[in-house]
Amino acid sequence: MSVSPSYDIVVIGSGAGGGTVAQELAPLVRDGVRILVLEKGPRFADQDFTGRELEMADALYQDGGAFLTRDGTMTLAFASAYGGSTVVYTGTSLTAPQRVIRAWGVPGLDHGDLTRRSGKYAEQNNVHPLDDPLINDNNRLFVEGGRKAGYLVEQFPVNVKGCRGSSLCNLGCPNQAKQGTNRVQLPRAERSGVEVVTRAEVLRVEPDRSLTVRVSEKAAGTKGAPSEWAPGDYHVQARIVVAAAGAIGTSALLLRSPLPAPRSLGHGFTCHPALILVAEHPHPITNDVGHPKSYFVDHAASERFVLETCMYFPFVTAKSLTGFGATHSAIMHAFPRLQMILILACDHAAPGNRVAVNRAGSPVVHYRFTPQTTDGLVRGTRAAARIFFAAGARRVHAPADPPLLETADAERLEERITARHFRPGMVAVSAAHLMGGCGMGRTAADSVTDAWGLVHGLPWLRVADASLFPDSLEINPYLTIMGLADRVAEGIRQDLAATRGRAN
Amino acid sequence: MTLSSPLFRAVATCVVPEAARLDPAQWDELEAIVARAVAARSRAVQRQLALFLTLLEWLPLLRYARPLSRLDPARRAKFLDRLQRAPLLLLRRGFWGVRTLILMGYYGRPAAAADIGYRADARGWEARR
Repeated sequence: MSVSPSYDIVVIGSGAGGGTVAQELAPLVRDGVRILVLEKGPRFADQDFTGRELEMADALYQDGGAFLTRDGTMTLAFASAYGGSTVVYTGTSLTAPQRVIRAWGVPGLDHGDLTRRSGKYAEQNNVHPLDDPLINDNNRLFVEGGRKAGYLVEQFPVNVKGCRGSSLCNLGCPNQAKQGTNRVQLPRAERSGVEVVTRAEVLRVEPDRSLTVRVSEKAAGTKGAPSEWAPGDYHVQARIVVAAAGAIGTSALLLRSPLPAPRSLGHGFTCHPALILVAEHPHPITNDVGHPKSYFVDHAASERFVLETCMYFPFVTAKSLTGFGATHSAIMHAFPRLQMILILACDHAAPGNRVAVNRAGSPVVHYRFTPQTTDGLVRGTRAAARIFFAAGARRVHAPADPPLLETADAERLEERITARHFRPGMVAVSAAHLMGGCGMGRTAADSVTDAWGLVHGLPWLRVADASLFPDSLEINPYLTIMGLADRVAEGIRQDLAATRGRAN
Repeated sequence: MTLSSPLFRAVATCVVPEAARLDPAQWDELEAIVARAVAARSRAVQRQLALFLTLLEWLPLLRYARPLSRLDPARRAKFLDRLQRAPLLLLRRGFWGVRTLILMGYYGRPAAAADIGYRADARGWEARR
């Protein structure tokens, strides 16, 4: 095992949380503080983003974007890359709803404070609503259909600069328009002297604040740059450790580390289980050009679902449709006429839904759909079908029997779309908003960290990612993660100042 | 069962009927995509898949007195349809996994994407003008 120098602060992960912490602490480098960011994924060059579906999914996502839950009934999508999942999201940037933060009931976490901090990153990352000429038919039809069907349709602010409308956001922007941490926070941190090492997986965190790190070799023919460090195992010493490897990565890391972690570690996992629904219009529409996700309908509070515009790639679309054979093929061949809507169920922390590790220390996600979550998917599917028909679609493909709903079915959606068609293993449910596992709270009896991401009982270890959420956020999580990470960075600055004060 | 076995192709052409028109080189491409995806999974998942494919071949014996690869297309489709609605999660999940692999192999090919009219381009709007 190689021995590397010690660092004052080691940040594990470089996504919305890790990238933010790195940037916020970067000015400390001037005072001699040594900061290291360890990222499991590679650093990609601009030309690596080809937009080819399987090639990019394999390069960017864990298990090609299809990490299976323990019972195999849902796939989870999360990225491993310089910039984490901010490389692959669509850039949709909302601040946390007040009612959700209140319901979390975390002592010391104030909605106003979180909103102010999230707003700082919205400004930094150029978050704004897209101009009308850039909106494609797929999004426009959602607005028209949604309003006709009586829904409040809202526009997503997105973090793009110079978007050319490739529609390939989820495969990494080929035009570097999306302002994730890979474009904004990490480069700033590196310019200030923060060291970022990619292809570096942290295997364990020891009670003596040392980290066992494995740096992987770049395999022949794969995308991305080689690691900044030579391949091999390292023993890195840190004074302060920030775990920001995502809800699954952070929970699994702490679970396989020999630390006196609170009992609830890994518990409270939520993920906004999602379904992709498609409808066929009588004429071609612009769908695979333009920003894919510009509008949404938020029925989280009343009916446990959020609808978002979306546009996916051929394989993802094919696997999301119910059934197989001629009917399935006919819909696929209607691709230029397809409108798509993503239905997100607003799930809540439930006993048994958790991140665990297997004997090898790899993450295992246990997740069962509660009746309430399934109900959110069912209600969301009905609402999406209403919007499709109101927008002029001639048929909708949905989890139903048979799966094609014709215009005549528009009046009897309650009857056609029911929970019995949503049994696990019958529909392609996936999730990309992975949350919980290291929930914030008052004490070790009810949570893993305090409101500043400090792990109870371990004053040198903080968490700065979506694993902090004690329950689901009910909207896209990135700005909230950044707001919480900003608090974590502030807590560290205060700790360091206090230490220096004592030393003086 | 291997990926180029009669069973795999029988299921694949049932899931995606147009696959029956693929030439040998296109089948090779499809099967290579599936093989890569399977190889990337854990040994446990690979074992489960192999076991499920064996089950898939022989389960129809109970009803049709023939293995799946020797059923006519209509009966094969009917059997697979029953499987995707089976009361047992194990069967539904198994079929969902096999179906997903086939769809990946078929629609993951650039030629199939072009065939369905998918035209996304890194140049975005500029490419449509």
